[in-house]
Amino acid sequence: MKRIYQILIILTVLTLIPFYGNSQCKSFAKKVCKLELTPYIHDGNFNAAILTEGEDAELYKTFYAGQNYRIYICGSDALPEIEFQVLDVNRNVLYDNRKKDYSRLWDFKLESSQQLIISLRVKNSEGESYEIVSGCVAIMFGLKEDMD
Amino acid sequence: MNMKLLHRKALYFFAMLMSVALVIGCGSGKDKTNDSDDIVTLDSLEIDEQLIQDVKAVKEIFYSLPSPLETAMILKQAGAKYNEELLNPTENSSRYLTNKSMALNLGIYTTDLSYASLFDQTQATINYMNVSKKMAEGLGILNAIDEDIIERLEVNINNRVAIMDIISETIMNSSSFFEENDRQALSSIVLVGGWIEGLYIATNLVGADANFNNNELISRIIDQKLTLGTVLNLLDENSDNEDVKNVMTNVNELKVIFDKIKITTSKIEPVIDEETNVTTLKSETRVSMSPATYNELKEKVKVIRSNYIL
Repeated sequence: MKRIYQILIILTVLTLIPFYGNSQCKSFAKKVCKLELTPYIHDGNFNAAILTEGEDAELYKTFYAGQNYRIYICGSDALPEIEFQVLDVNRNVLYDNRKKDYSRLWDFKLESSQQLIISLRVKNSEGESYEIVSGCVAIMFGLKEDMD
Repeated sequence: MNMKLLHRKALYFFAMLMSVALVIGCGSGKDKTNDSDDIVTLDSLEIDEQLIQDVKAVKEIFYSLPSPLETAMILKQAGAKYNEELLNPTENSSRYLTNKSMALNLGIYTTDLSYASLFDQTQATINYMNVSKKMAEGLGILNAIDEDIIERLEVNINNRVAIMDIISETIMNSSSFFEENDRQALSSIVLVGGWIEGLYIATNLVGADANFNNNELISRIIDQKLTLGTVLNLLDENSDNEDVKNVMTNVNELKVIFDKIKITTSKIEPVIDEETNVTTLKSETRVSMSPATYNELKEKVKVIRSNYIL
């Protein structure tokens, strides 16, 4: 009977980890990621998830002519590098951070409004490791009033 | 007490806890890997098989609508003026008693709040923050807008950047609360409420004599055709919810009108300004919309919005 309790407790803890992770993710996005958007203002949308190395995510959003945008991909320190690309609707690559030393931010504006796709992937850890790393990844958007 | 019975009760409790946690946990994720129904279709896209395969393999998919703050900034950048008569009166807040109406009007009031703040309307900003707080509390969103936020708003009332930051924090607290508590359906309704309010304000700020070929506000209204597909995809993710189904019917009515608008765009060319490190995405877009279609759109938005504000 004692062994059954032990197994049940372990299973319960494992089951509840995602909830703890989600809560941690919000706190991380709020305290760490938002600061990186300065001097842009965070749009307020919360796009974050717990990702494991090798996993990817995509975000679909319309960006508007005349606005100044900053995209910031925020990942917890434990994670390996995060690759991110900005694609048009035909999946032509407009920006690839692998060519910019894995920079986590990109500032841009548009001549005409476009629907774009933000595609990101957490790289696999280098070297031999038996531990699979996972952590919070947030896609943040900053806005700035045009002073031109 | 009988120890055997106690053990059995404890086991039962653990089993129940696990079942509930597992059900919620599975529901809250957005893992698309093994779900054959989750093919992403964008309204403005012609998607080939390869594209579908690429998307199906992605673990997390987000559909991001313009936040109320972004909507207000788009309006201002397009040359909109401030008109308080277009906002949903704060007195209406006592009418909203269901989750659906509170969620829709949280989006509507937050958009009104953002719009008022961008035009330095201090009293309206405080009033709309208070009714947004009322809607958030009605939906059980803890600490989205606490007394501290209202005080910070009053202290910084002449500092627009600080106010925008406070509004951004408020929106984030609400959206993350829904995400953490597996209430994505309500979150999508809030966003649609804000989107409709933005459309309502924009369509009512366009003058009767506006030049359809050279009007920034009309251009931004037409651009909503691009966002429409994202709105429908977001709602579709939560289409098992009755309230979402109702909202989806409204959005589909708008789609019928937006389908009459033609948008063609050239290839996008990214050009980097080495000095500022800002990239400009250069492209040309051609649109075609008749005045009759515009009037039809304006009227439909008005009807949907008046149903939402009750």
